[in-house]
Amino acid sequence: MLPVAEEIGSEALLRMFTTFPKTKTYFSHLDISARSEHLRCHGKKIVEALAEGARNISTLTTTLAPLSRFHAYQLRIHPTNFKLFNHCIIVTLACHMGDNFTPVAHAAIDKFLSAFSAVLAEKFR
Amino acid sequence: MVEWTAEERAAIQGVFNKLDYESVGRESLTRCLVVYPWTRRYFGGFGNLFNAEAIMANPKVAAHGIVVLQGLEKALKNMDDIKNTYASLSEFHSVKLQVDPVNFQLLSDCLTVVIATRLRTEFTPDIQAAWQKFLAVVVSALSRQYH
Repeated sequence: MLPVAEEIGSEALLRMFTTFPKTKTYFSHLDISARSEHLRCHGKKIVEALAEGARNISTLTTTLAPLSRFHAYQLRIHPTNFKLFNHCIIVTLACHMGDNFTPVAHAAIDKFLSAFSAVLAEKFR
Repeated sequence: MVEWTAEERAAIQGVFNKLDYESVGRESLTRCLVVYPWTRRYFGGFGNLFNAEAIMANPKVAAHGIVVLQGLEKALKNMDDIKNTYASLSEFHSVKLQVDPVNFQLLSDCLTVVIATRLRTEFTPDIQAAWQKFLAVVVSALSRQYH
């Protein structure tokens, strides 16, 4: 998935901002219009972090410790938003992969994204 | 009352026009039971739901998928009063079926994913937004009669 990290990541973000406009409140410092440099860059960053998590799937807590601290103490995103973004990643994958995004693949990705988000929200309190 | 723009109505109708109830219904319910296994608790009478393959081949799942989409069609035909259209269905889900309303969102998400796999790039962010707004109203109406 890495070569299309930018495409998938930015599309997932755009879907989230369009379907759940309140999520835009966390991005007032960026230009998040469709196809903007910021959107593409940020989308790529997120997907690369997900890929890193997937490569170290048995040690998510350790691997994501810095990101976890960052989300807790600096970004302070309400954790319900992680679910919204995860859903949009899944919809993006479904659009790109069609029938290849099987129910079993869907289940595995959903489980992974849930685990990833749980680690990100771990240090919130 | 929910306000719908002309674009939203067109987007939602457009999605419905492309839906094969049998295929999309079956796959949406299948995904829900596979991705969120705890939802199987509501389908005790459906026979073998022990693994993904069994669920995908289960004829009762397929039949029920169609029922769900036919229910959704009622909402489409009464978009300006989904709340009242769904009053008795909501009562049914709460009193008879005793479904935790949080699960409506799960099936709704699975339906959206299946539509994404079918429509691919046609399922643009704007169309997704309109479609999810519709489903959010449906889920809210279904959850209303719980007490």
